[in-house]
Amino acid sequence: MKRIYLDNNATTQVDEQVKAVMDPFFCEKYGNPNSLHRFGTEVHPYMREALDQLYAGIHADDEDDIIINSCASEGNNTVIKSEYYRSILSNSKKIRMITSTIEHPAVSEAYRFLEKLGAEVIYLPVNSEGLVDPEALREAIDPDITSLVSIIWANNETGLINPVKEYAEICRENGVKLHLDAVQAVGKIPVNMKQIEADFITFSAHKFHGPKGVGGLYIRKGNSIIPLIHGGEQMAGLRAGTINTPYFIGMGKAMELAVSNLEFEDREVRRLRDKLEDAIVKIKDVEVIGKRELRTPNTILASFRGIEGEAFLWDLNQNGVAASTGSACSSESLESNPTFVAMDIGSDLAHTGIRFSLSRYTTEEEIDYAIKVIHNTVKRLRSISSTKNKEYI
Amino acid sequence: MAKTDLIGGSLWEQYSEKVTERMNHPAFMGELTEEDAAAKGAELVIADYGADSCGDAVRLYWLVDPKTGKILDAKYKSFGCGTAIASSDVMAEMCIGKTVDEAARITNLDVEKALRDSPDQPAVPPQKMHCSVLAYDVIKKAASVYKNVDMSVFEDEEIVCECAQVSLSTIKEVIKLNDLKTVEEITQYTKAGAFCKSCIRPGGHENRKFYLVDILADTRAEMEKERLNTAAAKKSFLELTLIQKHKEVEKVIEQYVRPILNNDGGSVEVMDMKEEGGKTIVYIRYLGACMGCAASTTGTFEVIRNTLKQKVDDSIEVQLV
Ligand SMILES: Cc1ncc(COP(=O)(O)O)c(C=O)c1O
Repeated sequence: MKRIYLDNNATTQVDEQVKAVMDPFFCEKYGNPNSLHRFGTEVHPYMREALDQLYAGIHADDEDDIIINSCASEGNNTVIKSEYYRSILSNSKKIRMITSTIEHPAVSEAYRFLEKLGAEVIYLPVNSEGLVDPEALREAIDPDITSLVSIIWANNETGLINPVKEYAEICRENGVKLHLDAVQAVGKIPVNMKQIEADFITFSAHKFHGPKGVGGLYIRKGNSIIPLIHGGEQMAGLRAGTINTPYFIGMGKAMELAVSNLEFEDREVRRLRDKLEDAIVKIKDVEVIGKRELRTPNTILASFRGIEGEAFLWDLNQNGVAASTGSACSSESLESNPTFVAMDIGSDLAHTGIRFSLSRYTTEEEIDYAIKVIHNTVKRLRSISSTKNKEYI
Repeated sequence: MAKTDLIGGSLWEQYSEKVTERMNHPAFMGELTEEDAAAKGAELVIADYGADSCGDAVRLYWLVDPKTGKILDAKYKSFGCGTAIASSDVMAEMCIGKTVDEAARITNLDVEKALRDSPDQPAVPPQKMHCSVLAYDVIKKAASVYKNVDMSVFEDEEIVCECAQVSLSTIKEVIKLNDLKTVEEITQYTKAGAFCKSCIRPGGHENRKFYLVDILADTRAEMEKERLNTAAAKKSFLELTLIQKHKEVEKVIEQYVRPILNNDGGSVEVMDMKEEGGKTIVYIRYLGACMGCAASTTGTFEVIRNTLKQKVDDSIEVQLV
């Protein structure tokens, strides 16, 4: 059976070129880069090249730091907990932290945990366009007691891109630090740290055709962090643990390729995404969440009235198409998707969201096939559905 | 389960073949109409349960023979995940040929069992158990529509955990009998809360009328009250007449002491009781195997003495005759 992967916001295929640059660091150049001997030092030029690729990819300044870690979840936890620990250790009044209701669990769960330790966390809602409103941020900031703001750059479920430049300006004006979860931005839209003056951003290689289990934490010059993982002196003492050289080097290459493909992403991936979206919105009783021009070029979150999301995925999977849902029927919480609520999408649609996410490997033929499968799925599952007022196609 | 949990994403892998088959080829999906009913001289019953906003909704259609109360045909429509659709399909099939009263006794556990490939391998993973609950709720709804009565008529007991079908009275009983102190213990003893977890505390997958955390707190409070009451009752031991005191002592000996001694083929009897300077002296005599047993003057004696002191009153002293 054909297999079509439209779940690239979950993870991506590793680029063959990335795999190739990683290969020598398993069995030949396997030294520990912190060793003084030649086995260690021979890896250094490759690490430097990878760092150059990463710095160039996000337009970081040479004075800034990019800590290589295990993933974006680690990066997010590091920033959030570091700022909280700092307030505690310095007995500071800055116990307020601000985030949004549409964060990935790697941010929201870290904040939920800090709340248990005494942090005051404000969760900003989204507006009718599905974005975190800069004015709401301005209002929530009390510069005397606020330490950190964490907001998702591009949302993983909807693909909606937040106005991060405005957040950066507001945070600067108020002397508050800004942390952006850039996981779904890197490789999909330009990420330029010269233009967006955030203090911290996080990313994960596997979202842009790099390997899983390696990520980056960008720290703008003038900021410091308290390590999440204490131990050896790796990463300038900011992140202990023997450096994963093949993955480090692979991520550098993946970043270089991602950035050089941004134009392709914006043109070709967007064209195929739009083709798929046009076909989806032609089906009756379907809503796509968020305006196209406000989204990353690869993502569609669509709601098909009368079809529960997991059942939809089941039928797609039976026909070889992989997608995902935000609210699986088995998820423990019944809370409605905050984006749906804010955008005034009926609660009867809360369990009907399906996310399709493309990549530079997605082909036109695959999209044509997926469209057929989606049509058949809608037809079959709506014929089973008890929901009234929905038409098949 | 540990390794499966560590790998994650195994939800669908844990479905039985039957669940997959029913989801892919539901056999009883569809609608029944007044025309269908007229053709069979039957009454059409339509019942809705659940809502799209909760993630699960089902509509059940029955053709009921008015003379026998038998369900001649059943179909359904469902908004839900694969398990919900598969459960509804089996449920509709199970209704056919039963009387309305018989059908109303089908539970979600029956539905889940019918979906198993082998008798001791669950058809769905724990977090999916609640998807079969709707299938049985809708039967009760249909029965109440047919009989024109309230749905609660078909619920003999207050069910706290729908997935495992555990009632309020069962949960209270195990808490009291086993002196349970945590929700985890309740789950270990009864399986309540082991599946979709909605009944553990507010904020889960579904809103419930009762939550285990509240039941535990209330029952523990009740137990504490009972304990204080018995303590209060004990305080007045000294005010009882000698005959009343004798009754209390006999009660405790019968309940706590004799069963132990009987195990070894022995027993004990109270020969006399005396009140002396704020003390109550109980004279006892061993019977059967206890007579002449070495422990009877030491260990066993201590057990009897302590039991009476704790369960009746501290003022009691015991003497062997
Ligand atoms: C927006 C966002 N943040 C953080 C993460 C976490 O990334 P990782 O699982 O690589 O730590 C993800 C991945 O799903 C994501 O989409």
